[in-house]
Amino acid sequence: MNDAEHIVALIPRLRRYARALVGDRSGADDLVQDTLERAWIKLHLYRSGTDLRAWLFTVMHNVYVNQIRSARETVEFDETELDGMTARPQGDSLDVRDLERALRRLPHEQRQILLLVALEDMSYDEVARLLGVPIGTVMSRLSRAREKLRALMYALPQAAKLLVVK
Amino acid sequence: MTRAPITENDLHAYADGRLDATRRAEVESYLESSPETAERVAEYARQIVALRELVSPALAEPVPQRMVSAATRLQRTRVAVVAAGWMALGGMVGLLAGGIAGWNLHTGTQDLAASNTPAAIVRTAAIAHATYSPEVRHPVEVGADQEAHLVAWLSKRLGAPVRAPKLESVGLTLVGGRLLPGDKGLEGSPVPTAQFMYQTQKGNRVTLYVRTEVPDHGETAFRYAREGGVSVFYWVDRRFGYALSSSDMVRDELLKVANVVYRQLNP
Repeated sequence: MNDAEHIVALIPRLRRYARALVGDRSGADDLVQDTLERAWIKLHLYRSGTDLRAWLFTVMHNVYVNQIRSARETVEFDETELDGMTARPQGDSLDVRDLERALRRLPHEQRQILLLVALEDMSYDEVARLLGVPIGTVMSRLSRAREKLRALMYALPQAAKLLVVK
Repeated sequence: MTRAPITENDLHAYADGRLDATRRAEVESYLESSPETAERVAEYARQIVALRELVSPALAEPVPQRMVSAATRLQRTRVAVVAAGWMALGGMVGLLAGGIAGWNLHTGTQDLAASNTPAAIVRTAAIAHATYSPEVRHPVEVGADQEAHLVAWLSKRLGAPVRAPKLESVGLTLVGGRLLPGDKGLEGSPVPTAQFMYQTQKGNRVTLYVRTEVPDHGETAFRYAREGGVSVFYWVDRRFGYALSSSDMVRDELLKVANVVYRQLNP
């Protein structure tokens, strides 16, 4: 496979990750498109034969960070909302829509790491290099992301009920 | 020997399948004695599966033309001479050597209506191959160790009996299979499709893509295509469409495998 074929083959993965990261389809596709355009400008920095996937995801990360810098995310979930929520019984399966909502409520730094590990099967080292953060930071964000997701998944149905009662 | 205490990082690495056998065993024995932590780690593992299920259908969507153009531009900058076929096609991927009917320049865009054309089948099969065959930890949903379950499950979801051919005679062992998101069938509603994965002793992978509801024109011929570095043989047989994909085998090797598959499915 030459580089272009390889890049085309990677586009579905870039789109999948972007979809989970951004949430909406057109926003995600714009991110992928911007990434490919940006890659063209940055191409001289890529050494042929090295990990193309890691390089493209790094470019995407930089584009994404610039995007959120200009449109700062306003919604950060308040931890205290979780207090007093009753847990669902153990073994209850994760509901897809709940998951999607819960994912949206993670801070983007945590969401990125969670998704790179779960969807792209990247090692913690790879994620650390890609994001340019120490591995300790990767681990603590991953841990917080998973715990928060867990708490949110248990709490969301309860929260929905409370709204109805009101 | 005293073992290092189990840390939070170990629990995550355990859920992600990143521990060596020794450490994994240590974590497992720790989890046995700590049901609450075990449940938490099980939840992490469920999160991984659920996240994959949530967004993986995006993998099978046709890639918009503008993205392909951008990727192609990257290559043109890089290499002065670009294969004529690539440029001429300008479509989703690579050059299509088989002269396949039904291909048009717009199939690379979001044209779902024609997803059961040979070109669309080849494209979907090649994308599924490129996506899943490099996976180290999750190449398949159901492994070959549960072959009976795999075949029963895929048959049920495809609504027609499917089989995993035995390919040991050509040096390929079954890894397992997965269900792929559906393309439109004859009636326009989505038709689930399936992928069986095989590998050589060296770990080179070959995938067999199967879908139903393909218009059968009474002609069962192997057609060959190259899509984005993936070699594909495909054929239609009694309304089943099959596509055999490989990134490593040369055409003749893959044809040999295709023949074995075909003979097994038509004893």
